[in-house]
Amino acid sequence: MSDLWEGIRQALWLLVTLDADLVEITLRSLRVTLTALVIACAIALPIGALLSVRRFRARRFTIALLNALMGLPPVVVGLIVYVLLSRSGPFGVFGLIFTPTAMIIAQVIIIVPLIASIAHQALRELWSDYHDLLISLNTTQRQRMAALLWDGRRALLTAALAGFGRAIGEVGAIMIVGGNIDHHTRVLTTAIALETGKGDFAMALGLGFVLILMAIAVNLAIHIIGRTEQEGRW
Amino acid sequence: MKSLLTGLWVALATTGTAFAEDLKLAVTTSFQNSGLAEVLLPAIKEDTGLEVQLLVVGTGQAIRLGEAGDVDAVLVHSRAAEEAFVAAGHGTHRREIMYNDFVLIGPAGDPAGIKAAATAADALARISDASAAFVSRGDDSGTHKAEKRLWASANVTPAADWYREAGAGMGAALNIAAGMNAYIMSDRASWLNFGNKADLALLFAGDPVLFNQYAFLPVNPKNHPHVNAKGAEVLEGWLTSDRAQGMIDGYQINGETLFTFNATPAAQ
Repeated sequence: MSDLWEGIRQALWLLVTLDADLVEITLRSLRVTLTALVIACAIALPIGALLSVRRFRARRFTIALLNALMGLPPVVVGLIVYVLLSRSGPFGVFGLIFTPTAMIIAQVIIIVPLIASIAHQALRELWSDYHDLLISLNTTQRQRMAALLWDGRRALLTAALAGFGRAIGEVGAIMIVGGNIDHHTRVLTTAIALETGKGDFAMALGLGFVLILMAIAVNLAIHIIGRTEQEGRW
Repeated sequence: MKSLLTGLWVALATTGTAFAEDLKLAVTTSFQNSGLAEVLLPAIKEDTGLEVQLLVVGTGQAIRLGEAGDVDAVLVHSRAAEEAFVAAGHGTHRREIMYNDFVLIGPAGDPAGIKAAATAADALARISDASAAFVSRGDDSGTHKAEKRLWASANVTPAADWYREAGAGMGAALNIAAGMNAYIMSDRASWLNFGNKADLALLFAGDPVLFNQYAFLPVNPKNHPHVNAKGAEVLEGWLTSDRAQGMIDGYQINGETLFTFNATPAAQ
């Protein structure tokens, strides 16, 4: 219990003094995860929309697969990405292993199924409302997807935030592909793992509280920018 | 010979300053947890311009990273694995740098009575006789391999009911031992730097079989042309220099010296 108080004290101290290392790893955490989130959304949201508007043979199977992959174990993803990006792996020539880029790739793989699944759930409801209208207007498939994605943007925000939450708190994959190199690939979660390993629980907890605060701040910021709670419908 | 080495080092160091660059070095958790890295790295950067990026992993993973060419050099402590690494052509050579020692940690009350043991093997035999809980790294690291050699030398096959394989790094394993109030073998540096000692205490140390030799192995550029072989050479020159000797021998925690520099002049 005393560790907990000490952790809160450490977190406050780190925040008040704007500890240089803390600022650095926090910004890196944000940069890696937000980049991964943008890329993952660009891939996953159209997938979710496509699965809603289009009927094709493997559709059910694809949906089931995406749902199953929501629980993809990060450490396995990390290992696979490591083997692929390793210097002796198929993509080794790019020299990406132990760089923030490798961490972004791993996070994208982890959160794409999650975002696509949640997006599909949300857009499917919307599609049942819009189906007759959009069909009668003789819209193309691309227009239907665009209409769903735009009108469903509030629900898609939830999908994106779920992806953000999973990526920002992830440690297993980025530890393997990033290597937790000081001033290079160290982020909040890997720093927490490191401090725990040193037995410095107060510092680890301090960093943990900073991570939680940051996640809350990002969520609030996105909600305020999106003015979620101010307009009528969603 | 020594002046030649110093001359060589100065030459390497000055060429090093010309190219400020990165070098990826896989090191063991014990090296990082000791805190020595935080002292050496800024000095290396200052003297040679090399920015050494540490990948802190167990010896097993460090060797694998070297084999795959994902790092430029490896600094580990498991002689058999190191020699196999060089023999298989993954590394150019093996250069001993320094040593520290392993210690046996356990509950302050010492239920197995290892404080009175004459040798490390005797201490382990006492733990086995008492069936006292013992946490093993269980991660194929240098420390784990050394521990398994010790059990073999004590002619004891640890039994599952009191022998717990954590599959974790040194710090995590120490945390587990602290939680279970169990015996554990640790390197001295990690133990002294460890913050969560709980009821644990250092109970046995000093047997020469517990000495723990660290060696530097550059990854073979023949297998992996992209590795920073020149940087590895510069780093090896620095690690075996007089300045490194002063810093390694002078590094203390709570007044205890942790590492003893014992690099031999140029291997070739």
